[in-house]
Amino acid sequence: MSAIAESTSTQPVVELKGVHKSFGALKVLEGLDLAIGFGEVVALLGRSGSGKSTALRCINGLERIEQGSIEVCGHRVDQMYADMKPLRRDVGIVFQSYNLFPHLTVEENITISPRIVKKSSKKEATDIASSALAKVGLLEKRDNYPEQLSGGQQQRVAIARALAMQPKVMLFDEVTSALDPELTGEVLRAMEQLAKDGMTMIAVTHEIGFARRVADRVIFMHKGRICEMGPASIIDNPQTSEMRQFLDHDLK
Amino acid sequence: MPTFGLNQFVFLLQGAVWTIILSILALGIGAVAAFIVALCRISANPVIKYVSSVYVLVIQGTPLMVLMLICYFGFNLYGIDVPALVGATIAMTLYVSAFLGEVWRGCLESIPRTQWEASDCLGHSRVQRMRYVVLPQAIKISIPPTVTFMVQIVKNTSLASIIGFVELTQAGKLVNNSTFQPFICFVIVAAIYFAICYPLSIWGKILERKYNVGHR
Repeated sequence: MSAIAESTSTQPVVELKGVHKSFGALKVLEGLDLAIGFGEVVALLGRSGSGKSTALRCINGLERIEQGSIEVCGHRVDQMYADMKPLRRDVGIVFQSYNLFPHLTVEENITISPRIVKKSSKKEATDIASSALAKVGLLEKRDNYPEQLSGGQQQRVAIARALAMQPKVMLFDEVTSALDPELTGEVLRAMEQLAKDGMTMIAVTHEIGFARRVADRVIFMHKGRICEMGPASIIDNPQTSEMRQFLDHDLK
Repeated sequence: MPTFGLNQFVFLLQGAVWTIILSILALGIGAVAAFIVALCRISANPVIKYVSSVYVLVIQGTPLMVLMLICYFGFNLYGIDVPALVGATIAMTLYVSAFLGEVWRGCLESIPRTQWEASDCLGHSRVQRMRYVVLPQAIKISIPPTVTFMVQIVKNTSLASIIGFVELTQAGKLVNNSTFQPFICFVIVAAIYFAICYPLSIWGKILERKYNVGHR
């Protein structure tokens, strides 16, 4: 995968340069530089408070940055806060808390955005929903409401919902953190399949095993900066004391 | 001197019809205004947000009866002859827009931030976010308090009697003036109000029970 990424990534799909972000007096990102190529799968690791989720939210404009620049699929995120819609068409995001629309069925959750944003016909949207649901293995749940599904199933629907917009980049914000251990597997498998299909992915995760198995690149963040970055193998051989400490804690 | 009889009762019923008409006008026009107020109160624009909050504070801090007097005599002062029904409707609309607007603002804000974000992240416009994601959920939450508020509207139309609008209360006063049987007269007035409001209260209770089930 990384070989493919390198050969095609003349222009990075996501590029952050000197990004600063703070919440009041709390500095969360302190000069973050990051470039992600087409088809690359990046795992963002780090303690809570290290800025990894904030970095992800900055990439699709959910948080405003104070300094630096962010470019995603040719959209200058820092300049387009007035109208994010073009950016959001190219970037899909999945949240820790699923955030499905509770008043809509599984299928409606997926078809609504193609229908109203891309003005797809009903048939087109339904076809997209079917193939997205098939990808995450939940075709038979199309007429159920979110509350009738398990957490893992809801999260897979959330992935399908984001996929239905045919994004160029997918962001995952600790998508398994709210799930029981036996349910994380099904979500991770869906993500793994997506990675195999060549999707450009940035995943904030605590699943070290997933990062090792799937990521082309692992980034360990500490105090708002990249502390250590490299191929997945750095997980087994961390160079910095911060990352070593983090992994020791995590694997215990 | 006439005593309280069928004629007087029919007269009260005619007043009750005007009470219902005024209530419907107040709710109908007031609801539109209340929705606009609710949207302004949650606006991202700080000026709109501030102006609307001042509006709500002023209206909520003014007795409805005073609003009635202002709306009726205020216009007449400038030579604009406003019928009592129009004055009362304007006053009721102001009152409903401020109070129901605040109720609905609360309903809109009770939809978790994450729902608004999820909608944004799927590329929905602000109108689409409201229309397809927030409103369908907020309406469900708003139905019980709205129906409960309708009872307040019906009862508060009685204040229109101050500007001579012959709704149920004013009709009661007129009947009492001719019969001097205040007890029987106003007990019947109260009973008619109850007959209008009680079904609304029951309906509100039913809806509350219905929509609380499965509410997260």
